[in-house]
Amino acid sequence: MIAPLFFYIFASLCIASAFMVIASKNAVHSVLFLILAFVNASGLFVLLGAEFVAMILVVVYVGAVAVLFLFVVMMLDVDFTELREGFLQYLPIGAVVGCILLAELLLVVGAWTIAPTMPQSITTPIPTDVSNTMALGLVLYTKYVYYFQLAGLVLLVAMIGAIVLTLQHRQSAKRQIASVQNARNKATAIEIKQVPSGQGIKEDIEEKVS
Amino acid sequence: MNQLLLDYLPLVVFIGVALVLSLALLVAPFIVAYSAPDPIKLSAYECGFNPFDDARMKFDVRFYLVAILFIIFDLEVAFLFPWAVAFGKIGLYGFWSMMIFLAVLTIGFAYEWKKGALEWD
Repeated sequence: MIAPLFFYIFASLCIASAFMVIASKNAVHSVLFLILAFVNASGLFVLLGAEFVAMILVVVYVGAVAVLFLFVVMMLDVDFTELREGFLQYLPIGAVVGCILLAELLLVVGAWTIAPTMPQSITTPIPTDVSNTMALGLVLYTKYVYYFQLAGLVLLVAMIGAIVLTLQHRQSAKRQIASVQNARNKATAIEIKQVPSGQGIKEDIEEKVS
Repeated sequence: MNQLLLDYLPLVVFIGVALVLSLALLVAPFIVAYSAPDPIKLSAYECGFNPFDDARMKFDVRFYLVAILFIIFDLEVAFLFPWAVAFGKIGLYGFWSMMIFLAVLTIGFAYEWKKGALEWD
């Protein structure tokens, strides 16, 4: 009877914070509510017995994706008065898009049939002889190797895409070149000159710098 | 109550203690602290003159690049966990499938390094 209690706590908090994500006016607050929703979802995963997924949800979504969302929100530089200005102007088109989405969702959910074997597989007890992570590891790298490699390629594309889109170097920046630095020795770096008294010394500064 | 959920009992206790403690620290100032705010007190402090504008400003896009590269390697490590746990049972095939996965991401890492994405300027 404790497990259902926790289920209702997690589920209701998850739905409430998911609602607050779209309802709160400050975008930063939205992201924080999103984090709360993630944490509650991971609690639901623990109740299902999917420990590994729950922990990955916390590590990846709460630890990384939420931070990324915060960055994006901060980058947007949202001006709240400006946001509310065109509200009535865009209301009709927004309502149309919303209605189309609602209709599509209703069509999808209406045509949804639960597989007859589903209740049976849901109610099977969580196996205790093999741990969660082990069960994943046994199939992910051998049976589902295609999807695994595909995930690697998706990550590669994401990495290259992020670099191509956002990387810009200042041309004037001075960078450290370790090999040149290490190649310097006493002979190339230091020069001793006898300066005649009262005459000074003529030197090409450009040459010295390079 | 099954054994798996009983394992999480310490976590529940921990979260409960954390919740009570943080709520107490959050609520106590509202009850006991003296508070008399005015616009000057609440505005951002700048030495010697009135603040020009809001203290919040746009982040540099380079923070985003660092964050997304962190996420990608975070996910890579997440894939390594089940592999390490099941390492003894998945054999040579599982080993090499992970090696190919790592090689693909190493290509990305080499590209990133070569491009100088790991440097700030």
